[in-house]
Amino acid sequence: MTKPRASGRTVGGLRTLSLQAPAVILLLLWMIVPLGMTLWFSFQYYNLLMPGMTGFAGVENYQYLLTDPALWAAMGNTLLLVGWVLVITVVGGTLLAVLFQQEFAGRGIARVLAISPFFVMPTVSALVWKNMMMHPSNGVLAWLAESIGLPALDWFSALPLTSIVIIVAWQWLPFALLILLTAMQSLDEDQVEAARMDGAGPVAIFFFITLPHLKRAISVVIMIEMIFLLTIFAEIFVTTSGGPGLATTNLAYLIYIRALLDFDVGVASAGGVIAIILANIVAIFLVRMVAKNLED
Amino acid sequence: MTTVSSKTAAPRSVSGWRSAQSKRLLLTVVGWSVAVVIFFPIFWMILTGFKTETAAIADPSLIFSPTLESYQEVQARSGYARFALNSVAVAFGSTLLALLIAIPAAYAMAFLPTKRTKGTLLWMLSTKMLPSVGVLVPIYLIFRDVGLLDTRTGLIIVYTLMNLPIVVWMLYTFFKDMPKDILEAGRMDGASTLQEVLYLLLPLTLPGIASTGLLSVILSWNEAFWSLNLTTSNAAPLTAYIASFSSPEGLFWAKLSAASTMAIAPILILGWMTQKQMVRGLTFGAVK
Repeated sequence: MTKPRASGRTVGGLRTLSLQAPAVILLLLWMIVPLGMTLWFSFQYYNLLMPGMTGFAGVENYQYLLTDPALWAAMGNTLLLVGWVLVITVVGGTLLAVLFQQEFAGRGIARVLAISPFFVMPTVSALVWKNMMMHPSNGVLAWLAESIGLPALDWFSALPLTSIVIIVAWQWLPFALLILLTAMQSLDEDQVEAARMDGAGPVAIFFFITLPHLKRAISVVIMIEMIFLLTIFAEIFVTTSGGPGLATTNLAYLIYIRALLDFDVGVASAGGVIAIILANIVAIFLVRMVAKNLED
Repeated sequence: MTTVSSKTAAPRSVSGWRSAQSKRLLLTVVGWSVAVVIFFPIFWMILTGFKTETAAIADPSLIFSPTLESYQEVQARSGYARFALNSVAVAFGSTLLALLIAIPAAYAMAFLPTKRTKGTLLWMLSTKMLPSVGVLVPIYLIFRDVGLLDTRTGLIIVYTLMNLPIVVWMLYTFFKDMPKDILEAGRMDGASTLQEVLYLLLPLTLPGIASTGLLSVILSWNEAFWSLNLTTSNAAPLTAYIASFSSPEGLFWAKLSAASTMAIAPILILGWMTQKQMVRGLTFGAVK
């Protein structure tokens, strides 16, 4: 390395550094400060209703949380919610992407209609579904059921978690569709044509050409959805408030209850730490994948 | 040659043409049915907004006399405009701020990359993976102590930081696609970094910057975790205002629908316009 080049590099490095500094410092603060505080609080006695009781709690908050049946109920609900929504959106999204890739009259408009729910704010989607769709006496679904002679279903008391799954899946199916449809566009048409010439039927083409091609996009969809779905909040907040009982309380909602309704900062923070750990397990895989993509 | 052409010509016979036509018809029917079913709740909401409250809870019907009553009521009773203004201020304020912070960073990453650039980008992405609920408690307490609870400034700060990684990332991908020679030529002519950015980079990548900004506006507009937890009335944006309809006392479906329609219409249109860029931003370039 020659001298002038080395010095040029340092100057360039300095410029890079100073230009990036605001973004990096702000994000660092945004990450480190609350994260550190959450971690700190999680080891403290800290209840806003009991100002006298403070001090180091050791692992007591974690102990309390981990032996609380509500946590395990919430974990179970989180898992069910994430799992079912993933299955519905990924399978549905893949099939819809294949469908909307075909030529048909008015395809452009049909596509736009199908991806629309993704742009609707969560509080609106949740309330529209809760009231106008799933209301036990005046909802469209009740009316549909009655018109074919079935009893109307009181969705939120009979199938509370299923109702939330339906609402969330409705919001995220268009996301999967949008991403997979984009990925479809880079599918090699010649390869499909060649397979067809060789006598491959549509099913074989789907499983041996389309699906392998979409593999990468599907895993991106799964990981991004997981990160968002792990902490679904607004949809539960405006429909069931976590009930009946704990039937629709997920991890995010439980933390909210402990923090802003019970004012138990210590326990809520311990819950926050658990949520962060769970999200990070997913995040590691996603970051690896994006990193791989940066190289090519 | 002859054997090949006879093979490809086969589907173009009359019966083949017919079956292609009927396949197309079937696809049209299926495609449209699926699209209509998915869109139905939105369609129904828009429709209900033009009904009276009595008609809104009556048996579903497409035939009714449309009225603007609910739209007027929503404004008169709850002051819809105030919440809409909060949404506009918060979405555009945070987007502008995020762009201001992100443009220099993305410029440096795209044109003056160092060994650490890739790591920095990935680290920024990983901050996005931090679940909001994990930091709810400290942010709430900090905001309470410095008086940022229920203020627009508070929400703008949170949304700026929330979207900053995506904005940097998207701008970076757009900047990187720009031919380097143009900037090089500018530098030869003695342009300073600032001039380079203002007169060369920004005009040339304006479409990319615009779509990045739009994505940030959309994400801030629809954000409903922080808005529900950090605001009560003064700074409440539309997401929080709509949530106030969840109280069980009143079944104000027509008003809920009218307010919702107004709240989602601008974003729906922006979303339709920016689908492609949206994919790029939301997947951090992992799906193109």
